[in-house]
Amino acid sequence: MSRWRDGRLTLVPAFAWWAIFLITPIALVLVSSFFRRGTFSGVVYDFTLDNYVRALDPLYLGVLGYSVRIAFITTVICLLIGFPAAYFIATRSSARVRTALLVLVVLPFLTNFLIRTYAWIVLLNREGVINQGLRGVGLIDAPLDLLYNDFAVVLGLVYGYLPLMILPVYAALERLNPDVREAALDLGARPLRILRTVTLPLALPGIVAGCIFVFVPSLGNFPVPQLLGGGRRIMIGNLVNQQFLEARDWPFGSTLALLIIAILLILLVVQARALRRTREIGLDG
Amino acid sequence: MRRTTPFMRLAAVTTMAIIAASCGLGGSGASGVPQATGAVTLQVMNFANYMPEDIGVRFMAATGHDIQVTLTSSNEDAIAKLGASPAGTYDIAFITNPFAEGLNKAGKLEALDHSKIPNMSNLYPEATQIATDPGNKFSVPYSWGTTGICYRSDLVKETEIDSWKDLLEPSAELAGKITMMDEERWLMIPALKVLGHSANSTNADELSAAADLLIKAKSTLLGYDAETFYTKLDSGEALAVHAWDGWCNYVQDPSTMVWVLPPEGSDLFVDTMVIPKGSPRLAAAHAFIDFILKPENGQWVAENILYKVPNKAAMDALDPSLLTTYPNMAITPADLLKQESLRDLGEGQTRFSDAATRVKAAP
Repeated sequence: MSRWRDGRLTLVPAFAWWAIFLITPIALVLVSSFFRRGTFSGVVYDFTLDNYVRALDPLYLGVLGYSVRIAFITTVICLLIGFPAAYFIATRSSARVRTALLVLVVLPFLTNFLIRTYAWIVLLNREGVINQGLRGVGLIDAPLDLLYNDFAVVLGLVYGYLPLMILPVYAALERLNPDVREAALDLGARPLRILRTVTLPLALPGIVAGCIFVFVPSLGNFPVPQLLGGGRRIMIGNLVNQQFLEARDWPFGSTLALLIIAILLILLVVQARALRRTREIGLDG
Repeated sequence: MRRTTPFMRLAAVTTMAIIAASCGLGGSGASGVPQATGAVTLQVMNFANYMPEDIGVRFMAATGHDIQVTLTSSNEDAIAKLGASPAGTYDIAFITNPFAEGLNKAGKLEALDHSKIPNMSNLYPEATQIATDPGNKFSVPYSWGTTGICYRSDLVKETEIDSWKDLLEPSAELAGKITMMDEERWLMIPALKVLGHSANSTNADELSAAADLLIKAKSTLLGYDAETFYTKLDSGEALAVHAWDGWCNYVQDPSTMVWVLPPEGSDLFVDTMVIPKGSPRLAAAHAFIDFILKPENGQWVAENILYKVPNKAAMDALDPSLLTTYPNMAITPADLLKQESLRDLGEGQTRFSDAATRVKAAP
């Protein structure tokens, strides 16, 4: 009994953190979304559902749709690059190489995200390093438009969030018992088939986690569309940012923020189901 | 309106760290501990790097009062801080005029006693006629400016840029090499003005027509930029940009920069000093405003931030070469007053935001 109580005590810091910094703000956002905008920002406590009606306007749904599309493309590209990378690190490299590679994966986090994003502007702009280099070697005559478009936005997001894909996939693959794959090999399965029927299903929880880790921040990101996209098209994060800082409409900003949270919750349910399926197969390491 | 360059923002972080360290991080010293008989500590709210660094020392030497500065990152931030603090927390706030107007309408500002601010006489007569506060009943102008077009005279060869239309319907030479500002109040100005409407319009038809014009113009934009447009002029990525006058002056080579105030009209913004309602240190707060109005302080703003100031004595004291190097520093108070002062949009703000969002969300 006392041991159980001690165990519970160790949860207190995490629970307090969770309650103060996660639940309270979300509760505030939820509450504000049902009220009216104050003239000087803030909230007037006058109940209304207008914010939700307004959020369903095609204008705002269009922004959401565009954001989902960009975040989805980003996630797919991260998966296509991240899975092979994680596979190599987890199964094909020696312990020393593995440590070195993992350090390389997290290395970009040592520099501020905004500064790294600005660096892309230096690389990609019309008078930038890449265009000047290509012109220098005579590959192109006129500068390529690499910046201020969807391509640049996706590039910036993939660059920023790729480690968030590699790490959970790596963790899942690393945990995987090599005997299982060997058994499949002994039973005559070809490498591709082993990948499809053994490795991938077992790594699924890691893959789903990686996809969520990439999709969610991509969806809500606002500096990348602003800086690399040249603000030509806004994403839902820009819209929230703009409602709070320019339009001074906290309630509507809150409603839009809740839309993102709702999408996040749906994704978490998907993740939980993927996890359960793996457990049902009974091969979870 | 905006007053910090990205570089200055980095400096601001450092400054804040130093201030936090020297104030013991709490910032709870709102009680105005007396230093000597009658001496108080004024609580001043201002943007980073927006007044001379030694202002506190000099103010102390002149009046015996100390100041403690709270930094704000934007007008919205200032309003949020004022709203969240009990009356009497702040004695002075620096804030842009439509926001001051709104605060006053809500009864949140003290009326000013001009007899305690003799240096008001340093201001241009025009500075007392600003639409948001004629007669400076509750706000005293600190700096002012407008928005227009900046272009690279060494790279623009064929186009004569003299209208907002040069941004909205650009020549072949300029197409794809233009940036416009995307902060919603400024985003809408070129289109509203070309169509002959008010920059403060909340009329659905007017806003819709302006939005259509801006959406059409999107295809010939390099991008939207309200923060680093001058670096795009430097690199040659952009040839002409929609810009705050003072920020044009941050280009590397001002001799190739030309400033245009479009004849269709533009906005006037005025950063002002106000006394929030309930300040318990009214006499010292008036003394501070009076001190700021000394010519050398306005001169510091003009020379270091390259903003015009409504302080005639300060402008007269400037080295004339500053006005020729940076032509927009020479815009006269009379010409500034011809521009339309931005006003608080009240309930119309939502309609305005929707129109701006339609522009920003369009493919």
